[in-house]
Amino acid sequence: MNNPLVENYFRMDKLPHIWCPGCGHGIIMSAIARAIEKSGLDKDKVCIVSGIGCSSRAPGYMDFNTLHTTHGRALAFATGVKLANPELEVIVIAGDGDLSAIGGNHLIHAARRNINLTTICFNNNIYGMTGGQYSPTTATGDKGTTAPYGNIDRPFDITQLAAGAGATYAAKATVYHVNQLQKYIEAAIDHKGFSMVEAVSVCPTYYGRKNKKGSAVDMMNWLKDSFVDMKIAEKMPEKAVGKFIMGEYVNKVEPEYTELYDQVIERLKR
Amino acid sequence: MAVSKDDLMVHIKEEWCKGCGICIAYCPKKVLGFNEHGKVSMLDRDNCIKCGMCEMRCPDFAIFLGGKENV
Repeated sequence: MNNPLVENYFRMDKLPHIWCPGCGHGIIMSAIARAIEKSGLDKDKVCIVSGIGCSSRAPGYMDFNTLHTTHGRALAFATGVKLANPELEVIVIAGDGDLSAIGGNHLIHAARRNINLTTICFNNNIYGMTGGQYSPTTATGDKGTTAPYGNIDRPFDITQLAAGAGATYAAKATVYHVNQLQKYIEAAIDHKGFSMVEAVSVCPTYYGRKNKKGSAVDMMNWLKDSFVDMKIAEKMPEKAVGKFIMGEYVNKVEPEYTELYDQVIERLKR
Repeated sequence: MAVSKDDLMVHIKEEWCKGCGICIAYCPKKVLGFNEHGKVSMLDRDNCIKCGMCEMRCPDFAIFLGGKENV
């Protein structure tokens, strides 16, 4: 028997996917499918857009309207799709490098405009597909093929970057905390305005091997021990010392771009 | 309508399993293990509580809770 969720929302002839054993991306992809199912969206009214990278393979497997675009430009294409057809639920899947380096400009401006897109960032802290180069989210001191002696850059916090640029919904969870991740994706889909969920993933093949992080399970355990829920951190600050904070960083209502655009058209028709 | 847990069981699609061991590590009842091919296998079906945590964290859609009648 096949999994009904997979039969409903995935292209069965394209599976199994090409991601490495233990790659967290499959966990995020199934959380997105479950979130879409829970939101009760019509499959034909969903459009999934991606750029280039490991994560950007996802729309190839997902049975919706899908668009696989150029490196970093997923949000630019998605903005076009949304403006042309505002009733579509447009979901952008992008890796950490795709979203914050090559497409960093598109990210801050989509957030600034507060256009009703849902962005899911698959953050594995490295460029996996091209061979393990360090990315803007690689921790200081960690290694990549282009940082063999340790990375001297400071990493981006993509959730805070989006929030700072004006996103009206920004949340972070990990592939270990998968229930929470799915909840945030559901909230991001329901949210009107630019929403971003940073899904912290694991890359056992490149990031794990380069930095001697052990197996996929070891890396998942690290996520379990290193991330603290924002609500717990607020109540018991001693538990959050030296930890990463996950939770809803921003959730607010502001005028949405496609609605403002429609208002201009209506005004000029008179 | 909620489906009763009695009507559910864990299904394994061995050809999609890549043997990462995530489901085995996080099974709260430790009823899963590796088979001789390095793929996941149900070792103790009687003690499975059908929580679905294996399905939630499987990156490869290789394990899931599904209806019994379609085995």
